[in-house]
Amino acid sequence: MSRTSSALERLANREYEYGFVTDIESDSVPPGLSEDVIRTISKKKNEPDWLLAWRLKAYRHWLTLADAEPTWANVHYDPIDYQKIVYYSAPRPKKKLESLDEVDPELLATYEKLGISLAEQKRLTGVAVDAVFDSVSVATTFKKELEKHGIIFCAFSEAVQRHPELVRSYLGSVVPYADNFFATLNSAVFSDGSFVYIPKGVRCPMELSTYFRINAENTGQFERTLIVADEGSYVSYLEGCTAPMRDENQLHAAVVELVALGDAEIKYSTVQNWYPGDEEGRGGIYNFVTKRGKCAGARSKISWTQVETGSAITWKYPSCILLGDGSIGAFYSVALTARRQQADTGTKMYHIGKNTKSTIISKGISAGHGQNSYRGLVRINKGAAGARNYSQCDSLLLGDRCGAHTFPYLEVMNPSATVEHEATTSKIGEDQLFYCRQRGISEEDAISMIVNGFCKEVLRELPMEFAVEAQNLLGVSLEGSVG
Amino acid sequence: MSRAETQPYLERFRRLEPSAAEPTWLHGMRDAAIERFAEFGFPSPRLEDWKYTSVRSIATSDFGGAPPARNPFSKRDVAFSLGGDFHGRILAFADGRYAPELSTIEALPEGVIAESLATALAGRPACIEPHLGRVATWDAPEDAFVALNTAFLGDGAFVYLPRGAVVEAPIGLVFLGLRNGAAPISQPRILIVAEAGSRATIVESYAGCGPDAYLTNAVTEVVVGAGASIDHVKLQCESGSAFHVSALQAQQSRDSRFASHAISLGAALARNDVNARIDDAGAEAVLNGLFVASAAQHVDNHTEIDHAKPHSQSRELYKGILAGRAHGVFNGKIIVRPDAQNTHAQQANDNLLMSEDARINSKPELMIHADDVKCSHGSTIGYLDESALFYLRSRGISAVEAREFMMRAFASEVTRAIGSAPVRTRVDELVTARLARGAPLEIA
Amino acid sequence: MLKITNLHAKVEGREILKGLDLEVRPGEVHAVMGPNGSGKSTLANVIAGREDYEVTGGEILYRGENLAGLSPEDRARDGIFLAFQYPVEIPGVSNMYFLKAAKNAILRHRGEDELDAVDFLEFARRKLKLVEMNEELANRPINEGFSGGEKKRNEIFQMAVLEPTLCVLDETDSGLDIDALRVVASGVNALRSPERAMLLITHYQRLLEYIVPDFVHVLSDGRIVRSGGKELALELEEKGYAWIEEHAAA
Repeated sequence: MSRTSSALERLANREYEYGFVTDIESDSVPPGLSEDVIRTISKKKNEPDWLLAWRLKAYRHWLTLADAEPTWANVHYDPIDYQKIVYYSAPRPKKKLESLDEVDPELLATYEKLGISLAEQKRLTGVAVDAVFDSVSVATTFKKELEKHGIIFCAFSEAVQRHPELVRSYLGSVVPYADNFFATLNSAVFSDGSFVYIPKGVRCPMELSTYFRINAENTGQFERTLIVADEGSYVSYLEGCTAPMRDENQLHAAVVELVALGDAEIKYSTVQNWYPGDEEGRGGIYNFVTKRGKCAGARSKISWTQVETGSAITWKYPSCILLGDGSIGAFYSVALTARRQQADTGTKMYHIGKNTKSTIISKGISAGHGQNSYRGLVRINKGAAGARNYSQCDSLLLGDRCGAHTFPYLEVMNPSATVEHEATTSKIGEDQLFYCRQRGISEEDAISMIVNGFCKEVLRELPMEFAVEAQNLLGVSLEGSVG
Repeated sequence: MSRAETQPYLERFRRLEPSAAEPTWLHGMRDAAIERFAEFGFPSPRLEDWKYTSVRSIATSDFGGAPPARNPFSKRDVAFSLGGDFHGRILAFADGRYAPELSTIEALPEGVIAESLATALAGRPACIEPHLGRVATWDAPEDAFVALNTAFLGDGAFVYLPRGAVVEAPIGLVFLGLRNGAAPISQPRILIVAEAGSRATIVESYAGCGPDAYLTNAVTEVVVGAGASIDHVKLQCESGSAFHVSALQAQQSRDSRFASHAISLGAALARNDVNARIDDAGAEAVLNGLFVASAAQHVDNHTEIDHAKPHSQSRELYKGILAGRAHGVFNGKIIVRPDAQNTHAQQANDNLLMSEDARINSKPELMIHADDVKCSHGSTIGYLDESALFYLRSRGISAVEAREFMMRAFASEVTRAIGSAPVRTRVDELVTARLARGAPLEIA
Repeated sequence: MLKITNLHAKVEGREILKGLDLEVRPGEVHAVMGPNGSGKSTLANVIAGREDYEVTGGEILYRGENLAGLSPEDRARDGIFLAFQYPVEIPGVSNMYFLKAAKNAILRHRGEDELDAVDFLEFARRKLKLVEMNEELANRPINEGFSGGEKKRNEIFQMAVLEPTLCVLDETDSGLDIDALRVVASGVNALRSPERAMLLITHYQRLLEYIVPDFVHVLSDGRIVRSGGKELALELEEKGYAWIEEHAAA
């Protein structure tokens, strides 16, 4: 590996571009977790009693889980002190904003720097953005436009005020408060996030997007996103995330719930670029996230596409509950672990309805000292006649100090099901590199090209705007302008 | 699991009277093993390696029954296990104890040893000490059954192949269980030591008859020397009411070859662990398996191939046919250690679900820590190819026959890899009979 | 254009080239023939700068410049093209995209304007005709799922697009049926020009019926043991390599 080590080294230890800190005054609660803290958060958000009760129920349950922090994942980290985390931090002053002009210019500049323009004239065309800064949503663009179609796209806390009946009927319906250690913690302390409702038969005319930014020190981000696609509707939703470079690890324990009713389709895409920590493994985000979608209605469809390049540790398994007959779940993932990053990620496909289908395409890239694990469950329940699953998990190794691991779990209880799983692991080929270089392409470009080719099946699932960002993140240039 | 479940074993251990002929180091090993077992208890489904298999029914049964004073089996039962064409040396065991009257002492090449472990422990402890209890691992809760076997280690088989020895005829080890209802436990220990350049086929065959329950808890340790080649066949035809737990651990030296063929047809609950550790360069491991289960049978196959050194190869194929309410498990782990460059590992698990209530859990795993490797695994689960079934029926074959025909064809990919012709023939006969009967076979 | 003097090279510690001399001038086509293991592919890879091949003595001058220490991509940008004996598959990377990147890297190196997508496509289409290759194939991932003949044709297509100065064809004829051979050869012939030199490396005389060389060299045990005109190839075909080896020993 010696000859290629320099180019691989650069790829493995590439600069983190989004590591700056925004100097802004914030309104934070003191570190630590208690019923009082939860009451404070709930009060700051002026929440109805039922929601506070739900949070407290979750918190009390979480207290019983003290020994149940998951240990089965193939990741290693020092125990987290949950009393040292700040559970709420918001930019101050947080008065009611009437228009974007009132958003703190410091914040607008922050998002500008991140490539997300919130200003009317410079917005990404065709993409509505909800910007979440630490614990709160600071701005949502194109709201009026969307309202014309009856689409609700707003901060979660706003939805609680304006559409309590919708929130109440779907909150926790896919990820119950007692689901797992981190989801339970989130249920107790979640601060903000996005809420989306697409009415019956409406095809959302633009991409909806949330941009998450952790800024404050020692702060955990616990956002909660809920997307409901009513019968026959369609929505494509994107999320992106970054955080400053800090030597301390920060916890991000989000929950995302998707509900697709009959014939509805939700496409959920993530480009995750939380701070990965430095070359020695200091700092970085612990990304412990629970994402699950329920294909509640017949022929509904949910697809998860993720490009995971950041975080010190990633622990997430975006899943689909295929309840409706003929419903379809998909999971497309690229996970890149460089430096000392660890990722244990994959999906769960629960086939419950008849003739349900799922596809899993997972591409793991390991460089530096990165450890990359695919962990996926395909479960075909007894009643899921005619269910089909196809899984493909490929790993690419760049360098000899990294690792790639595959842990698929296939559980089949119906004889008419067809389940296929394939996996391969290989290193980037010397022959491929030499071939490219003989044609005049530099070693670095050649590596990018090969990595890009390796990920292609996943990248093409992303909406165009995000595909570009994802490819840049993977250190590759945009392909496909020819042919 | 609760203390109470280990209690009968601890008490029995205290009453154990070691034979005077045994070497003293064995006592120390047994003491250490029972301590481990007491600490671990029976494995719980909370352990990842036992996730899909509950051994409650074993843990809560009392398998303390003394085996009958007189050996209830005959040579016919041995023939059932190995077939009529088997002409090698046979060591037979009844309820775990060596039965010379059932064994066949065919001559072996110079220096080759195949005798009961109790005899070997008394007669040549120095040959055994470097290997026994050192190849198989019993220091983690997952290995509680190996610890239990080690604690009660007494009899079994010892096979030794000196440098360069080639044994053409297979060596048969036959374990027969229970003819009348005393619920005994049999814990055979098998040690196979193949010195450099030697070659042999060894068949372990387990058979029994019901209707009462008994427990077999077998441990096999195989040391494959440089350039040696061992073909190991395990034919598990326990009665439908038996419990069968077994662990095989092979340790491979440079350029050696170890092939395991694990055929699992019987037992109410069967758990097979087959592990190969490649400790030196250039070695090859082949792990093949076939499991057939119906009614309420539960069969769990765990394999692990540990590539610790470079330039090694492994191929693995496990196939399962599950009918009735049977539950099958396949968990295959391939580990490639940081030094093991140029590893080539291929793993496949294919399963047929033949009924509405059958189920399978397949978990093929790759853990790769080296970069210059080619590793792949695949797993499929499905029903017989409907169009092939229709084709056969359109040629006048009945639906039942067509299904059996297709299942045999599915199974044959595993059985035809068995090198020894008489062994392969017997395995095929038993698989065919098992598929036709739709229930575990029993010795008459 | 190419002057190789007393070249020694090692692969995996074994000396393969043992003092090879060769001179190629612009416009010339040279064939290097020899039995298996004589060092033919080593010569091709050493010229292209493959790092597994260690030059232990002598030098290669290309257009008067010593190639030692130049990376494969620098040599490619200077106009050296190697048509691979075993073209490499690169899953997921479109052949056309790849070629456009390569072409522009070379143009950039020469200080010329890069081609945009439209211009490149038009340019490439003209070259496709040379090797009777259809556009669908050209757009597929590099060599993935290509037949042996398609891979070789693709090599010549790439050569046509990149417009090199020195073309080294490593066993381009191996594994080709007669029709494919004819197509590949006519593509190569179309690229012959007074400024461009070619080095055909081959085991068989067959290729030389279609691409007629100006000079033929016989390589044996890491050295050129005999050189001559195109008739030498025929003589070799008739008498076999054993004849040369005896001759060389004598």
